[in-house]
Amino acid sequence: MPELLLHAQSVCLERGYRCLLKDVNFAVQEGQLWQLVGPNGVGKTSFLRALAGLAKVGVSGTIQRPETVLYQGHLPGLKPLLSPLENLRWHPSGLGTKELDALTWALEKVDLAGCEHLPVNHLSAGQQRRVALARLWLCDAPLWLLDEPFTAIDSAGAALLGARLLAHVEAGGSVVFTSHQPNRFAEQLQAMDLSEYAV
Amino acid sequence: MWSVIHKMGSPPWFYRFAGVFLRWCLPLALAGLLVGALWGLFIAPPDFRQGNSYRIIFIHVPAAVVALAGYYLMAFAGLVSLVWKIKMADTAMRAVAPVGGALTFIALATGAIWGKPTWGAWWVWDARVTSMLILLFLYLGVIALFEAYENKAVAARACAVLALVGTVNIPIIYKSVDWWYSLHQPASIKFTGESAIDSSMLYPLLLNIGAFYLTFACVVVLNMRAALMNIHRQSAWLTQELTHP
Amino acid sequence: MPSNRPTSRDLPGDNAWEGAPSSGALAYLGSQFNRHLRASLRRPGELLNPLVFFLMVVTLFPLGLGPAPEQLSAMAPGILWVVALLANLTVSGRLFVADFEDGSLEQMLLARHSLALTAMAEVMVHWLLSGVTLALVSPLFAAMLNLPSAGIPVLMVSLLLGSLCLSLIGAIAAALTVSLRRGGLLMSLLIIPLNVPILIFGVAAVSEAANGYNASAWLALLGAFACGGLVLAPLAIGAGLRISMDT
Repeated sequence: MPELLLHAQSVCLERGYRCLLKDVNFAVQEGQLWQLVGPNGVGKTSFLRALAGLAKVGVSGTIQRPETVLYQGHLPGLKPLLSPLENLRWHPSGLGTKELDALTWALEKVDLAGCEHLPVNHLSAGQQRRVALARLWLCDAPLWLLDEPFTAIDSAGAALLGARLLAHVEAGGSVVFTSHQPNRFAEQLQAMDLSEYAV
Repeated sequence: MWSVIHKMGSPPWFYRFAGVFLRWCLPLALAGLLVGALWGLFIAPPDFRQGNSYRIIFIHVPAAVVALAGYYLMAFAGLVSLVWKIKMADTAMRAVAPVGGALTFIALATGAIWGKPTWGAWWVWDARVTSMLILLFLYLGVIALFEAYENKAVAARACAVLALVGTVNIPIIYKSVDWWYSLHQPASIKFTGESAIDSSMLYPLLLNIGAFYLTFACVVVLNMRAALMNIHRQSAWLTQELTHP
Repeated sequence: MPSNRPTSRDLPGDNAWEGAPSSGALAYLGSQFNRHLRASLRRPGELLNPLVFFLMVVTLFPLGLGPAPEQLSAMAPGILWVVALLANLTVSGRLFVADFEDGSLEQMLLARHSLALTAMAEVMVHWLLSGVTLALVSPLFAAMLNLPSAGIPVLMVSLLLGSLCLSLIGAIAAALTVSLRRGGLLMSLLIIPLNVPILIFGVAAVSEAANGYNASAWLALLGAFACGGLVLAPLAIGAGLRISMDT
């Protein structure tokens, strides 16, 4: 019996005093890959933030999550004047290894070899995104919550990222992400339609 | 304690409680204000040094007392809202802020009016006046922060933190202003406070303070009820309360 | 509240780095301190902003009040401290804005370590680069306003302690308003009333010293405020940032 990594029970989401989602039950087991779907404005990002523990005020119900969670939202979380290496080494999430060899290796994995020492604001939007996603090669958090990880990334990068997500899931981790591109990993991917819970 | 807090957190319960509370306390508060004003204006004897101008004390002092208490009440509501996440406490906090700010302003304005005949100037940088002015700024800060947020549920929590920070700071502010004032060797006359107040003036003053507290409570409850009706304007219980009271 | 949380374990995927475990609280604090310090030092021009502001405003006072040295030296403690407060106000409002806009703040929030602790790394960098530099340069401004030389060491110490208090209070207000994209007026409304005791203690210390009296009591009060602030302000800053991220 695989362990539950994330368990949300009867979660309600409010914005202001207006109810957005009602009575959402969502369980993620080890080795599962989930995609949150639903039309724009249904609350995919809000729900993902609630799962990560970033939103508290309008959230009721119980959410059990692992002690460490890797979350990557729309914003890269990088300081524009620091280099990719510096950004990863002193990343504000405090996750992952700080060894320079490992960081260089991860940047090579996302095809950024040679950019290690450039300030991040000299890189393109897609490259900045890759720097942020290089954390996926460095981090031992069991649960990954990714908001639109495939945006601003070319097809080669998307294939790379997809392979990394699958590898994580096969190693016993779990991933929940939101995306507009459907059914990328046909076998493992499960979809969670939030519009069923919309008020 | 726990169950009382939770019961008070239920909007329908509070709505009914507000109805009962206002039915009894609002007339009492208004009567208290009227009697207090008449007593202070006509029955209490004139002051031997200031003549009749001192009578403004019957508004000035109660307003100042209730204004300060209001800030602490607001901070307490903020604490309840942060710790127990009770939405009613948010409503209470946002209901207290404008009333407390208005009372602080009344205290400052009456102080200025009183200052003209006694000190010869509308505004004197006296320790108490200065502290009161800072209290007004603290209230304005909470109100401005609340208005700045679109999401009022978040606004209430931000204001709760600010009010708590202010509460920790208020005793320090008051003490520091006292020291600042004594450091600058005031030349003006000191006439309230330490000198014993005669009972013929004390009783109407106490009555007025009581009446101000009660009026404050009524206005806050009115404010809370209005905010509640706004938030729950589409709820079934409110429709039922309004159609079948 | 979550009860039986699964803990993090090593989950080496097929192509993940298998290396050192993630760090403890102190190492994390150090890494954040490093990150903010480096990011701020890459833009050295901005560090001069409060100093230039201070210089400009100090120049205005003799122009407004007249150049008489006795009058200036009598008013110097008050002027210097008020300008220091305003200089701090201009910079502390932006304290967490960059972190909010580039997403560092949400990553900070998700770190295992308390947000109160991590926000302090940033406040300390801010204090080092604005308050401490201001305190070090302050004798120059004191000379411009003809402050008696007996007051200068006390001015420096009082600015050192006082700017820490100012930065802590500024950080609370900045944390509460970071998501609002609204500047000056709201910040000054939130900060100025809370800064009143610091101003009073600071001015009193400098003017006592300038008049040849012992200023240690006032410096002690500033120190006490700073200690209390170091204990309590992180809680308010952490709570404020958490609330600000919740919009």
